[in-house]
Amino acid sequence: MSSSDKETTIVAFCCIYCAYAAADLAGSMRLQYPSNVRIIRTPCTGRLEVEYFLRAFENGADGVLVAGCEEGSCHFKEGNLIAKRRVNYARKLLAESGLEAERLKMVNVSAAGARLFTGHVREMAETVQRLGPSPLNRAKTRVQQEIKP
Amino acid sequence: MIVAERKSIPELLDMLPNDSKILVLGCGTCVTVCLAGGEREVSIISSALRIASKARGLGYEVSELTIERQCDNVFIEQAIEAIEKVDVVLSLGCGAGVQAIAERFLKKPVYAGLNTKFLGILEERGVWTEKCSQCGSCVLHEYGGICPVTRCAKHLLNGPCGGSREDRCEVRPDRPCAWQLIYHRLKNIGQLERLEKIEPPKQWSASLSGGPRVIIREDHRI
Ligand code: SF4
Ligand code: SF4
Repeated sequence: MSSSDKETTIVAFCCIYCAYAAADLAGSMRLQYPSNVRIIRTPCTGRLEVEYFLRAFENGADGVLVAGCEEGSCHFKEGNLIAKRRVNYARKLLAESGLEAERLKMVNVSAAGARLFTGHVREMAETVQRLGPSPLNRAKTRVQQEIKP
Repeated sequence: MIVAERKSIPELLDMLPNDSKILVLGCGTCVTVCLAGGEREVSIISSALRIASKARGLGYEVSELTIERQCDNVFIEQAIEAIEKVDVVLSLGCGAGVQAIAERFLKKPVYAGLNTKFLGILEERGVWTEKCSQCGSCVLHEYGGICPVTRCAKHLLNGPCGGSREDRCEVRPDRPCAWQLIYHRLKNIGQLERLEKIEPPKQWSASLSGGPRVIIREDHRI
């Protein structure tokens, strides 16, 4: 984990039927992945609304991953396809608002895809590292740095 | 219903003054149904404005409220308290809603967060189409219920223009030729003979071309 990982937060909305199980499996397999990811279990990615993604950024996320089932294997048939469209719309809104769209990303992972899941988290951590902390958090980070000895 | 579309966030940022308290005011009627200005959109736009404000240091303080109908005094009353607390109102109502709010709060700047587009219907999920341009003297009965004033790109009352290709309008190939639709519809309802009649020039003075319109019902006045 790099020093900037410590200062940033990635929120991962994980569908209970796939990505959440994959994250669990990653733990059982003792796979390493960035520890600044905060996993939120969701009943289906189709349950997530556009404002959930925006609120995550408002509340301090530097990157947001939405991890649903592989296309065609959603437990509720098309929840992940709905999520994909909502994520695309939210990305557009973020870009209009002055945040990089890449900070929000939808990925598809099966319940067996532990390595795939950790790969996605790592990739998002790299994106966040490249972009730096969210501009919404930069002021805060500066203050934290100033008070550090 | 009235169909509207949100303005982009940069457009809103241009409009809204920095360091101000903003009420994003939604409307629970037409613009809720067309997914442009209901409670959900109020929540989304407010969130986007807060993000933009933090990212660019604009100093917005954003609050949210959605009332049942912005074009109706009875419901506007429910917004008085919230409006009084802020510097400006960003209305997500249609053009009529924005003006209804502005007329009742004389010293409060009220901005339109939507572009009001047309009178139309939900054609299929996520697709709205224009059906009526409020010409003021409806001729739908002559055309099997399909409006040539609105749906024919050339507004032809004695169509078709002859340019239609494969049922598509020559001006807007993404839309069906209204006259093709009128022909099929009249055929289906056994009224094709209507097409033999030449429709005289339309009274456009009943439309917006005759100036802003007003309807007065003496039986309802007090
Ligand atoms: S004829 Fe006029 S009132 Fe009737 S649908 Fe067309 S535009 Fe609307
Ligand atoms: S193609 Fe049909 S709808 Fe288009 S302008 Fe001609 S008559 Fe009107």
